[in-house]
Amino acid sequence: MMNEAYIYDSIRTPRGKRKNGSLNEITPTDLLSKLMLFLSEKHDLDTSQIDDVIIGCVMPVGDQGANIGKTAAQYAGWDIDVPGMQINRCCGSGLEAINIAAMKVRSGWEDLIIAGGIESMSRVPMGSDLGSMAFEPKISLNNNYVPQGIGADLIASIDGYSRNELDELALQSQKRAFDAHMKKKFKSMVPIYDQNGILLLDKDEHVRKDCSLEDLSKLNPAFTKIGEMGFDAFAKEKYPEVENINHVHTAGNSSGIVDGASLTLIGSKMSGEKLNLNPRAIIRSVATCSTDPTIMLTGPAPATIKALNIAKMNISDIDLIEVNEAFAAVVLRFMKEMNLNSMDNINVNGGSIAMGHPLGATGSILLGTLLDELERRDQTVGLVTLCVAGGMGIATIIERI
Amino acid sequence: MKYKKDADNIASISLKPESQNYDSLNQNYVNALLKNIDKLENETELIGVVIRLTESSSLAKYDIEKLFDIGKPDLCFKYIEAQKLCLRRIENLKVPVVAAISGSLVGLSMELALACNYRIAIEKEDISFEFSGVKYGIMPGYGGIIRLTRTIGIEKSLNFLLNGDQFNVEESMNSGFLNELSSSNDDMIAKSIQWIKSNQDIEQPWDCKNFTFPHGNAHNSHNASLISLYPAKIRKKTRGNFPAPEAILSVIVEGSLVDFETASRIESRFYTELLLNKTTKNIINANWFQLRKVKSGLSRPKKIPHTTITKVGVIGAGLMGHGIAYVSAKAGLEVVLIDSDQSKADKGLEKIKKILLADVKKQIISDGAVKGILNRITASHKYSQLNGCDLVIEAVYEDRNLKGRVTIEAEKNILNERVFASNTSTIPITVLAEKSNKPENFIGLHFFSPVNRMQLIEIIKAKKTSSHTLAKAFDYALKIGKIPIVINDNRGFYTTRVFERYAKEGMALLNEGNHPASIESAGKAAGFPVGPLAVIDEISIQLLADIREQSSEDLNSQRDSKSAKPWDDVIDYMLKVAKRTGRAAGKGFYEYPENNEKYIWPGIVKHFHLSQKPSTQEQMVERFYFSQSIEAIRCFEEKVLESVADANIGSIYGWGFPLFSGGIIQYINNYGLEKFRDRANILCSNHGERFCPPKFLDTMIENEEISFK
Repeated sequence: MMNEAYIYDSIRTPRGKRKNGSLNEITPTDLLSKLMLFLSEKHDLDTSQIDDVIIGCVMPVGDQGANIGKTAAQYAGWDIDVPGMQINRCCGSGLEAINIAAMKVRSGWEDLIIAGGIESMSRVPMGSDLGSMAFEPKISLNNNYVPQGIGADLIASIDGYSRNELDELALQSQKRAFDAHMKKKFKSMVPIYDQNGILLLDKDEHVRKDCSLEDLSKLNPAFTKIGEMGFDAFAKEKYPEVENINHVHTAGNSSGIVDGASLTLIGSKMSGEKLNLNPRAIIRSVATCSTDPTIMLTGPAPATIKALNIAKMNISDIDLIEVNEAFAAVVLRFMKEMNLNSMDNINVNGGSIAMGHPLGATGSILLGTLLDELERRDQTVGLVTLCVAGGMGIATIIERI
Repeated sequence: MKYKKDADNIASISLKPESQNYDSLNQNYVNALLKNIDKLENETELIGVVIRLTESSSLAKYDIEKLFDIGKPDLCFKYIEAQKLCLRRIENLKVPVVAAISGSLVGLSMELALACNYRIAIEKEDISFEFSGVKYGIMPGYGGIIRLTRTIGIEKSLNFLLNGDQFNVEESMNSGFLNELSSSNDDMIAKSIQWIKSNQDIEQPWDCKNFTFPHGNAHNSHNASLISLYPAKIRKKTRGNFPAPEAILSVIVEGSLVDFETASRIESRFYTELLLNKTTKNIINANWFQLRKVKSGLSRPKKIPHTTITKVGVIGAGLMGHGIAYVSAKAGLEVVLIDSDQSKADKGLEKIKKILLADVKKQIISDGAVKGILNRITASHKYSQLNGCDLVIEAVYEDRNLKGRVTIEAEKNILNERVFASNTSTIPITVLAEKSNKPENFIGLHFFSPVNRMQLIEIIKAKKTSSHTLAKAFDYALKIGKIPIVINDNRGFYTTRVFERYAKEGMALLNEGNHPASIESAGKAAGFPVGPLAVIDEISIQLLADIREQSSEDLNSQRDSKSAKPWDDVIDYMLKVAKRTGRAAGKGFYEYPENNEKYIWPGIVKHFHLSQKPSTQEQMVERFYFSQSIEAIRCFEEKVLESVADANIGSIYGWGFPLFSGGIIQYINNYGLEKFRDRANILCSNHGERFCPPKFLDTMIENEEISFK
C-alpha cells in the first residue's frame, strides 16, 4: 500500500517590505532558523527524527548561499543528524520543496520532512545570482528572454485585459488581505522577534489599508521603458500577431517585493503517530509543467490540469484555490484557461499583490494560507498553483482529513 | 613597412600602405609585420619600439577576402589564432611598445594599436577611430574585443563595438583608448621616446598579476544590469537576422569573466562561428565584393573614356527634383533648377536650404560649404537657363504627356551632345524617348526618395540609348556618390517591378484573412525595413492603382492584367469603399493620430475577416521572398537585368531587400536552383500563377547551371 504524505503543519513569517521593512535587518539564515525553532518548539519535535530539510530559495547566493537549508537547521540548534538542502525552481521553489517532500514520503524511503522556502529580497535582490537566463547573451538571445513584467503585459495584450480590470483585481487583493488580517485569519503566520525578544514584525506590512481604485489608476506602467528599449520587440518576435504590447502592469497590480519565509511539516502516517502530531491534510497530487519561456507566466493552468488528472479530479472538485498573484494578468489568464468565472473561491484572503511575493517562500506560504482557510470554512479540497520563471508552472492539490 | 633603429636603441616601424591593391594588401601587411617582429625579437640592446601608424584607412579593413575563402572550422580557428599570435608577440617583447598615431585607424590597425603598451596621437580633428567590422557582418577578431574591454571598460566598449561607432581624438582620450596627445609628428616621437625611457618595466595591464577589469567585469552589478538589456536591444534592431552583434556581445561578456588567454580563445571561437555563418558570407559577398564591382563600372561601357560633367539641369523642383539638384550641387556640380513658374522653382530651393540647415545643425556640414552649394544652384522658370548643361534631368509629375512637352521644350535650349534623362519609376523610357529629337542621347535615371539619403540610381537604357549616353549617366551617378545599376527598359524597370510584388503579396495575404499585424510582423521578420501594408501607405494605394491601369495600357500580354488578382479586392476596397489611400491622406491601412504612433486601422479586420487557419510567419516570409525572386528571374528572362551584382545590389539599396540574404539573386543561389523551382511549383499550385517558375530557370537547370553568376 502506498504511503500517503500528510501535512502536519505549515507556518510562515509575516512578510516585510523591501524598503524600510521590519525584516531588512535580519539575515535570511537567522530568519529561517527562528521559524524552524518556532516549529520544533510548537510541536515539541524530536528533531533527530527529521529525515531531511528542503528549502526553496531563488537567489541562493550571498546571505542566502551555501545551502541555507542545512545552515539554518544547524543554527536553529536542531539535531546534528538533520540534513538539509536548498532547491531552486524559481518562483515555484517553496511549493516544489513540499512536492519533493511528498514524493519522498510516498516513496517510503523517508518519513519526516521539513519543506519550505525563504527569500530576503531586500538583502539579496532579484538578479543577484547573475544567472545565464538573463545575463548570458547567447542564452537570452536563444530564449527571447524578457523580464516577467513584459510577459505579464504580453498576456494582457493577447487576452485584452484592460488596465482597469487588472487594477480591480489588485484592489480586491488588498481589501481581502486587509480584512483577513483584521479577522486574524492567518493562523499560519507567526510573529518574529529579535535576539532580545523584541518584536520585529507580526503582520504583512505590504498591505495597504486605504487602497482605492483611483490611487491604483494613478500609478505609472512599470515596464514601458524597458519594453521600448527592446524587450517588446523581443517578445513580439515570438508573438507576431501582437501589434503592440500594452503596458498595463504597475507596482500596484503586480506582486510586492518582500522578505519572508515559510515551513511545512510533511510526514508519513507512522511518523506522525510516533511524534504525536495531528494530521491536517493529505497531499493528493503534485505537478510541474513548462510552457513558452518568453511569455513565461502561463504555467498555472496546464500544471493544474496535470495535477487534476493525477488526482482523478475535475476543477469543480476543488473547494478553494490559491493562484499566485505574481501579476494580475496571471490570475485572469488562469481563470480563462480553466473556465472559471468568479473569484469567490480564488485567493479569498488576498494574495501576493497585497502581501508580497518572497520568491522562494511563496509556495509554502500559499499552502499554509489555503489549509487555514479550508479548516475555517470546513471545506475539503484545495489547490495551490504558481507561475514559474522559464515558462514553468507548478501545482499541488491537498485534501483535509 | 620601414624598420629603423636609432642611437637610443629604440626601433621604429612605419606602417603605410604601399599598394592600393586590396586583394593582397592585408596578407602582405601581416607578413611584413611578422618579419619585423622577428627582427625585434632578435634585437639585443633594444630599449623600446615605436610603431608609427599613419593614414591607414585603406589597409586597415580586415583581411576579408582571405577569411571569406576559409570554409572549414578548424582551419578558420587556426588562422585566427595564428594572426592573433603576431599581436601577442608584440605584447611579449621585453621592451615598451608605443603606437604613434597620425592618421585614422580602422579594423586591423586598431587591433595593432591596442596591442601596444601606450598610444599617442596627434591632436587633429579629422582623426577618428573605429571598429567598423560589424558593418560588414564581422567582428574585431584578433583580440580587439578582449583588449578594448580591458582598456576602456565594458560600458564604453558596448556601442563602440556593437554599432561600429567612430570615436574622435577627444572621445578616445576620455575613454582611455588614447593615453596622450601631441601637437605634431616631432612632438609625438619625442613624447614616445620619453615615455619609453621612463617606463622600461611596463607590461600590458592584463598580463600583470593584480589586474582588475576597468569599471568591473560583466558581473559587476552596474554592468550586469546594462548587459541584460542588450540582447533585446540588439534584436530590436536586427530581428535576429544579423549574427555579428550577437557574437560581439557574447565575447564582451564571456571574455570579461576569464583570464586574457582564455578570453582570446573564446573570441576566436565566436569569430570562427561568425565567419562560417551563411549570413556573414552573404553580407560580405554583397557589401564587399559585389558593391565594389558595381561601383567600379561593372555595367559601364568599357571603351568610352571617363566623361566629365560640370553643369546639370533639373526640371521640376518638387520632391524628386529638389533632391536631385541638392545632391548634384553638393558633389560640386553647377545646377539649374527649373520649374514652370519662378515661385515653384524658388520653393524647391527653399527645401534644399532646409536640408542644409538641418545638416549644419547636426554639424555634418560647415557654413562655408553650405554657401558654396547654394551658390552653385540657380532656380529659374526659364528653360533658356539650361544652356550649357552637360546633362538635363527632368523630374516632373508622372504623366507621359507632360514629360513629352517638357522634353521638347528643354531640347530647344540645349546643345546636341548633351544627355537628356528622365526620372520616372513607372513610364517606359522608350516611350518617352519618342518625343526626343535625339533618342540616342535619351536615358532613364531612376532616383529613389528621399534622394539625399537613398544611395541607388537605376539607370535605364532605352532602345536607342547610345553607349556614350550610358557612360555619361554612369559617371554622373558616381560623381554624386550614388550606386549605379544599369538595366534595359521595361515596364516598372527592375526595382519598381520586383518591389511591387512585396506590396501585392501583403495584400493577397490580407485578402486571405491573415491578421494585418501578423503580415506586417512577417515583413519585418523577413528583413524588410517596414511591413508591406505600411509600405503601401507610404507610396499610396492610388499609385498602385495607377500602375495597374497603366500596365494594362502598355502591355496587353502581362500576367497580372489578364484576370482578377487577390490584391485587386484590397485595392478596390481601400480606394473606393473605405476611401483610405495612404499616409499622405492621413489614413490608409494605418491610422495616423497626431502626436502618437500610427496603428493598424481596426476597420481592416472587420472587412477582411480573419481566417480560422491563418498562414504561419514562415509561410508569409517565404511568399515575400519567392514572389519577388521569381519576378527578378523574369527580369533576367526578359533581359531587363544583365548582371547578378546589379540585381543583388539594386535589391538591397533600392527597396531594402534584406542585406543578410545577400540580395535577391543570392537568395535563389543559396536556396539552390532546383530546390527553388520545386518549391515555386508547389507555391504556384497553392497560391496562383505568380509563383510559377519561369522557363528561364528550367533552361538553367537543364544546362546544369548551379547558380546565377
